[in-house]
Amino acid sequence: MSNVQQTPAVLLLADGTVFHGQAAGKIGTTAGEICFNTGMTGYQEVFTDPSYYGQLLVATNAHIGNYGARHTESESGDIKIARLICKNFNYNKNSRPQADYSIQEYFEREELGGICRVDTRAIVRHIRSKGAMNAIISSEITDLTELQQRLAKVPNMEGLELASQVSTTEAYTMGEEATAEYRIAALDLGIKRNILRNFVARNCFVKVFPAKTSYEELLAFRPDGFFLSNGPGDPAPMDYAIATTKAILNDNHPLFGICLGHQILAQAVDIPTYKMHHGHRGINHPVKNLVTGRCEITSQNHGFGVSPEALAANEDKVEITHLNLNDQTIEGIRVRNHRAFSVQYHPEASPGPHDARYLFDHFVDLMKEAKKETLASEQITNS
Amino acid sequence: MPRDTSIQSVLIIGSGPIIIGQACEFDYSGTQASRSLREEGIEVTLINSNPATIMTDPVTADHIYLLPLTVESIVQVLEERQIDAVLATMGGQTALNLAIEAGKQGVWEKYNVRLIGVDLDAIELAENREAFREHVVSIGMKVAPSHIANSFLEGKEAAQKIGFPLVIRPSYTLGGTGGGFVHDPAKFDEALRHGLNTSPTHEVLVEKAVLGWKEFELELLRDSNDNVVIICTVENLDPMGIHTGDSITVAPAMTLSDTAYQKMRDDAMQMMRSLGNFAGGCNVQFAQNPETEELIAIEINPRVSRSSALASKATGYPIAKIAAKLAIGYTLDELKNQITQTTSAYFEPTLDYVIVKMPRWNFEKFYGADHSLGLQMKSVGEVMAIGRNFLEALQKACQSQENNRTGLGADKKEWIRTSDILQRLEEVSDDRIYRLKDALRLGVPAKTVRKLTLIDPWFINQIKRLVKMEERLMRYNVAEDIPEDFFRQLKETGYSDAQIAWLLRIGEKEVTRQRKKLNIRRTFKLVDTCAAEFEAQTPYYYSTFDEENESIPTDNKKIIVLGSGPNRIGQGIEFDYCCVHGLMAIKEAGYESIMINCNPETVSTDFDVADKLYFEPVYWEHIEEILELEKPEGVIVQLGGQTALKLAAEFHRRGIKIFGTSFPSMDLAEDRGAFSDLLKELGIPYPDYGVANDTDQALAIANRVTYPVLVRPSYVLGGQRMRIVINDEELERHVLSIFKHLPDNKILVDQFLERAKEAEIDAICDGEDVHIMGIMEHIEPAGIHSGDSSAVLPTYSLSERAIEQMIEYTKQLAFALKIKGLINIQFAIKDDKVYVIEANPRASRTTPFIAKAYKDPYLKIATQVMIGTHKLKDFDITKELEGYAIKVPVFSFNKFPNVDKQLGPEMKSTGEMIRFIPDLQDPFFRELDRNRSMYLTR
Repeated sequence: MSNVQQTPAVLLLADGTVFHGQAAGKIGTTAGEICFNTGMTGYQEVFTDPSYYGQLLVATNAHIGNYGARHTESESGDIKIARLICKNFNYNKNSRPQADYSIQEYFEREELGGICRVDTRAIVRHIRSKGAMNAIISSEITDLTELQQRLAKVPNMEGLELASQVSTTEAYTMGEEATAEYRIAALDLGIKRNILRNFVARNCFVKVFPAKTSYEELLAFRPDGFFLSNGPGDPAPMDYAIATTKAILNDNHPLFGICLGHQILAQAVDIPTYKMHHGHRGINHPVKNLVTGRCEITSQNHGFGVSPEALAANEDKVEITHLNLNDQTIEGIRVRNHRAFSVQYHPEASPGPHDARYLFDHFVDLMKEAKKETLASEQITNS
Repeated sequence: MPRDTSIQSVLIIGSGPIIIGQACEFDYSGTQASRSLREEGIEVTLINSNPATIMTDPVTADHIYLLPLTVESIVQVLEERQIDAVLATMGGQTALNLAIEAGKQGVWEKYNVRLIGVDLDAIELAENREAFREHVVSIGMKVAPSHIANSFLEGKEAAQKIGFPLVIRPSYTLGGTGGGFVHDPAKFDEALRHGLNTSPTHEVLVEKAVLGWKEFELELLRDSNDNVVIICTVENLDPMGIHTGDSITVAPAMTLSDTAYQKMRDDAMQMMRSLGNFAGGCNVQFAQNPETEELIAIEINPRVSRSSALASKATGYPIAKIAAKLAIGYTLDELKNQITQTTSAYFEPTLDYVIVKMPRWNFEKFYGADHSLGLQMKSVGEVMAIGRNFLEALQKACQSQENNRTGLGADKKEWIRTSDILQRLEEVSDDRIYRLKDALRLGVPAKTVRKLTLIDPWFINQIKRLVKMEERLMRYNVAEDIPEDFFRQLKETGYSDAQIAWLLRIGEKEVTRQRKKLNIRRTFKLVDTCAAEFEAQTPYYYSTFDEENESIPTDNKKIIVLGSGPNRIGQGIEFDYCCVHGLMAIKEAGYESIMINCNPETVSTDFDVADKLYFEPVYWEHIEEILELEKPEGVIVQLGGQTALKLAAEFHRRGIKIFGTSFPSMDLAEDRGAFSDLLKELGIPYPDYGVANDTDQALAIANRVTYPVLVRPSYVLGGQRMRIVINDEELERHVLSIFKHLPDNKILVDQFLERAKEAEIDAICDGEDVHIMGIMEHIEPAGIHSGDSSAVLPTYSLSERAIEQMIEYTKQLAFALKIKGLINIQFAIKDDKVYVIEANPRASRTTPFIAKAYKDPYLKIATQVMIGTHKLKDFDITKELEGYAIKVPVFSFNKFPNVDKQLGPEMKSTGEMIRFIPDLQDPFFRELDRNRSMYLTR
């Protein structure tokens, strides 16, 4: 452990900026897009969130790892970030009796590396002004030219399809089929566990399908509602998911999308998405619900957004339901004359505030409504 | 909902004199609220009896009433002014109680005044322990199990049900009087009996003691649309069992997982929402069982508080300012984040640094006081320190304390006897954090330390890191031996050069030289509420050892004002008042104003008072690097009390310009021997005296000047350890006691002028003219510390001749000392003969009082005289005072039941109030005057 602490590490950004620090976790070299998260709690949930797949994550909180890691607080089967960048890494003992590992042990088990003792604030200010970019971190290669060469080979995030890489390969279910009131078909584009827990807590039975599952296969599950999950990468190249969503809309099923799922829904109604300057990642983002007038503090993690100009031009088709109070970006939409809605942020939280959990209730209400109608129309047909 | 336009005129109630538990944080919140309302075009009227506040200054409010905080005063204000609404949440419990009382008497209704930003039922519920408990349980949350007992038998039964340890809280007693922890069943009977007897209703609450549970505080804001945000989460390093005001606290929470934190956030919001309907700030406290993460609610305060002032400074989010806007109808989403000016006020600040708040105690002022910490708050002030990690912030907090520590230990003040140390870990006192490190240093296992202190292992392990680094450091002999990266690591964890020097047993200069050679320099980072996600507009900085420096100096001419550090007895809010005015005067004179201070309760550390704020210890090493970066024209030391003055020698030695009176002059006034020589030369009488290095010398001097004599150590604040003794035996005892507590000190023995009157003058001198700001006559005789005396402005019984003498001596001394700026001179008058007791070449405790009484901007005048942009003749000074103004000291003795309450040469008061009287027939004055004879007969 002390060896790691004495190993220098380097962070090289695509624009040539270099930061020197100290190794954390596993020794190695990794490249990816650099982004920052401003949350002060919930590092483990962030590390295991599939939406961060392949990214180099700057944690702005001064200390990382103080309360160790715990099995039950992972948002997916393993760590998804490519590497961690932080100020103070808690190599040693942690605070929490409930923790299963210290953060160093956890990183070693999960084979995650990182760099600490770097000026994270300077890095954030750099990204804030220059925008998101690729970067490489190494605790074994010190030659910058070599790192530069490796970095050059890393593809750009824009146009990159990553969802299918983190999606489940086999469909699986959650909840009690026999007693559940509603059945949800969830398209896994990189789903977080807490979304599923929220559905199950609302007496739903969920079947999670691989990203490229067709509409017909989903329909065969006889769902009361469809769900488009969060996930990594650019939504634009995800034709398969957009096609599935179009079909769901066509049959007017209840549909709920979160984050990447929100962007897919927008794409499905011909509203384009765009790559943001440096995105939103944290658990303090202010959102106003334009329907109720109430505000909510939200958990966010996205580098792409839905075009506000296109939405303005398509007001008759799609309604804006939520706006970000900091920069007025689009946070939620509803497809008119459909039971389809989506949000850019994470109502399931984990990490983050629970202010937006009402959206899960809303989805259940839509399924209830739809079920009633179907029942009524079946009765009419039958009589 | 936009602002309620029916509110055009608001009354803000202040918190009155400073007492333990209610200090200048309410000047900060009241001032912010007032400025915030005036921004909206609202006319603000302020009532407060504390003259040393910025809130009662014409720069803050439209109409000011320096009146006692009583219903009669409120009625007087309402008779004279058209008031639409009253804001009572900015002045602590005092203001709320007054608002409630006025409400009960129908005053608000009669004058058609609305109470805004508060729900009286909510206050009532939060204050009533039993009702609060029932309420919390009714919304499905937990409280510590407890039972009410009205008899000894019921108490015994309750204890049996609850088990030990437990807490006994007598009903209807002030500030936790008569209550306490009971660990040992054998001691329960006595404690119960005592508790029952203390309670006027013969009732106690027997409660399970959740000792060792972790303690957290959340600061919330809510608007009229029921939007709620958490501004800050504070973790107490000292677990449950020690009053949060006496605990070292840390933000953000260091040991909370998201799961545990979100549960707390949900509960806090539920509690706030269930507690009536009000728009404003709120503080919720929780205890968490570290084993199970089970939560219990401790208390809720539906108003701004000491912790919201801290949270504002810790995050940059101005809670009181926003709370005032919410009170007049705005919703959070309609307001801008004051720091970024571009993003929304509806958001939750995020930190990329750590703050540590450390209380400042003053036990040495309270003879016989019980030093143990518990349910009752005993600290008199606090410091806040900011760092990029916990240890840096912790050590900076130690450096900010001004108790001659250079960090967390690693100085000659460490303890070495394990048994003593272990005892102190269990019996909590003001030095526990130092003893904790001593224990680890002596090899006591972290586990044992944890068992004795119940402090979270994370904190203990952090401090253990320091011990390990020190062990490594001690292997080196000279500064050049320390490897660069390790040197950097030491500085990153907050070590001062002085600590490193002590550990290597070398000179501090050697360490500093080597550090600079390696270019290990402080960089400055911004406090911006958002971890750099957005660009921020406010110039609020702290130092750390990191790569990028964000504080870019301008080309403007700058002046630095040094603050006065933590509040303590003898140095409090009055110097914050002076600093704020100094900063404004500097700006007005066309300079850039820069503030350095570490006291989170102050207005001078608000982010928009100075042009640039460095929230840093008023400690040489930190100041030096700010000077090197900013390259100011000079510094002002006259406004920050003794703290700032003490640094003058260092500035002088390094050729940094001190605006106003020069260092040699200040030194002359401070040096007893040289000053007396000067008095002699000028033919000014002074009490005979001598300086002693040992007891024999002291005895010789005492016999020469004849008893009674005044004995004190040199270079202390507020008359610390100053005594009047009447014979050899007493003298010997006291001198020995001084040497024991303050070794290496010299002792001053003064002839004591028995039955003399005391008076003081504050004046401004520009080198050509001397302006007498005010002459105050003390009601109490000489022998009572001036800070504890009632001072009457102007004099009321002294002869014309004595007054002329005092004025003459003041002028002579001001010119002889080459004063440029402020001077305060203390006199004793006996048989119409005037003696000079001492001269302070700086702003004094009474400067704000005089400025308020005469309605003159004396601090502005003094500051502009100091920086030389103006002469006294440039100002047209007219004194407006009908009758007299009395400065009345206020004490906090109820916090120290066993302490000696007798007044003497050592200052004990914590605050003061101003009282205007039309003439000497006034009953208030006559009462004070009657007490004088009581002192004389003693």
